[in-house]
Amino acid sequence: MKGLSVRLQQVARQIPSGASVLDVGCSDGQLLAFLRNSKGVDGRGIELDPERVARAVARGLSVVQGDATHDLSAFPSASVDYAILSETLQAMEAPHKVLSELVRIGRRAVVAFPNFGHWRVRAHLAFKGRMPVTHSMPVSWYETDNIHFCTVDDFRALATEMGLRIEEQAFLAGEVPISAWPNLRADHALFVLSR
Amino acid sequence: MPSDIAHTSLRLPQDLPLDSGLALTRPTIAHETLGTLNADRSNAVLICHALTGDQYVATDHQLTGKPGWWTRMVGPGKPIDPSRHFIICSNVIGGCMGSEGPASPHPDDGKPWGLRFPVVTIADMVRAQAGLLDALGIGTLLAVVGGSMGGMQALQWAASYPDRVRSVVAIATAARHSAQNIAFHEVGRQAIMADPKWKGGAYTPGNGPSNGLAVARMAAHITYLSEEGLTAKFGRHLQQGTEKRFGFDADFQIESYLRHQGMSFVDRFDANAYLYITRALDYFDLAEGFGGTLAAAFAATTARFCVISFDSDWLYPTAEARRIVQALVAAGRHASFVELASPFGHDAFLLDTPGLTDVVDGFLRAVEMAA
Repeated sequence: MKGLSVRLQQVARQIPSGASVLDVGCSDGQLLAFLRNSKGVDGRGIELDPERVARAVARGLSVVQGDATHDLSAFPSASVDYAILSETLQAMEAPHKVLSELVRIGRRAVVAFPNFGHWRVRAHLAFKGRMPVTHSMPVSWYETDNIHFCTVDDFRALATEMGLRIEEQAFLAGEVPISAWPNLRADHALFVLSR
Repeated sequence: MPSDIAHTSLRLPQDLPLDSGLALTRPTIAHETLGTLNADRSNAVLICHALTGDQYVATDHQLTGKPGWWTRMVGPGKPIDPSRHFIICSNVIGGCMGSEGPASPHPDDGKPWGLRFPVVTIADMVRAQAGLLDALGIGTLLAVVGGSMGGMQALQWAASYPDRVRSVVAIATAARHSAQNIAFHEVGRQAIMADPKWKGGAYTPGNGPSNGLAVARMAAHITYLSEEGLTAKFGRHLQQGTEKRFGFDADFQIESYLRHQGMSFVDRFDANAYLYITRALDYFDLAEGFGGTLAAAFAATTARFCVISFDSDWLYPTAEARRIVQALVAAGRHASFVELASPFGHDAFLLDTPGLTDVVDGFLRAVEMAA
């Protein structure tokens, strides 16, 4: 998994060889290219930024320019094994609607996002009284694309409310995998969901 | 328009049935090829030309002596490369560069067909190309590639011959002609038909409705550009060394540019062919043959698709490209789609547009890898 960030590696580990995937917010297709080249994955992607799309297509990937809010509805139900949403949930206008599209299109959904319940975030708010600017959330509140932050527990509650089954979960503290007290200790979370 | 040029062509060994219900008896198809067909016949790339294009995609033009119209995309080291691909480009049926069209001699009397030529469609053009490929011994295409009307033919290929196409590159195009598209074409056709030299289409070669055809070209040419591009290139600039002359000569640079575009066009294009090809475009609605559902047109093919639009193209705007992409996605096809930035409007597909050749190159190489 050389060249892939720890977070993308965590996502890649969930995808079995030969699976079909849709990567929502796939950027320039780094994950899709990795999955294709090393696992023979049949990949598709959707990405908002045209320059990133152009780079992804130039890599020979099936990536369409579009946004998750409007353009997922065209994808047929259960048309891929895994629908992936990596590092983008918090930037969605309506995360719950995107989530229901993911579990409709994919037999499973893989959702990875930064955890706003991490102790450093809590400390930042508690002691500084300011919106946190941390390693995993490096942009100030007024110019960040991340408009819908949530915590690990928030996400679990949403999944329950939507009647989704949590098939797998994995957490990172920096680059280190952890399992105990993830809502407090993990700065990054991954869930595999099914309907 | 001279018709004594020797274009490479062949007569189809069979008649060509048309959407109208009529048929053309063993029509002539003019075509150019580049590169070599490989042993397993898997490297054939068909390029489809636009309204006023022709088969001289990357070879010097027989008539004008100018270089091919898509040398940025086709040639050594380019995305479509004669060292890798066997490249075929044919003049559309109804055209005027050697393929059977209204300027060709009618088999009965040897006089130009004129309006006796049957109205053809985009699907008819594609059917003629399939006949040409049969005659050349090519079964499956690695790719069918086109911009504008060429993109429509490329999409039609996947719908008409789903198992003969491994990939489709459709650039600056649409799956149907809009009311606005039809409207501009009607202006052009009326300009031709209002020219007294048109004579109901029965003009003698070399003495056709060149004024009407030039006006048609001028109106159409505006739709190939963008307001931004026109402003950057011409603004309100007057012809060099002149002031306003308080008359109706070409005072503005844009006027003289358009007049030049119109006048040089009539030297290489037949007015009746312009009527027929614009008609074919106006009749185009790919979904029509599939119960009105565009996705159904892509249900039978397993081809991969690459759709590209340009942000300043108002002739076939990005919204039309998105409509194609949504249908492809709904049909479960592998699709790539990007809107590239360019100030040059519809013509961007022919010009140096950042990202264009990289995208097509990467797409085609991936298709070849997946062989």
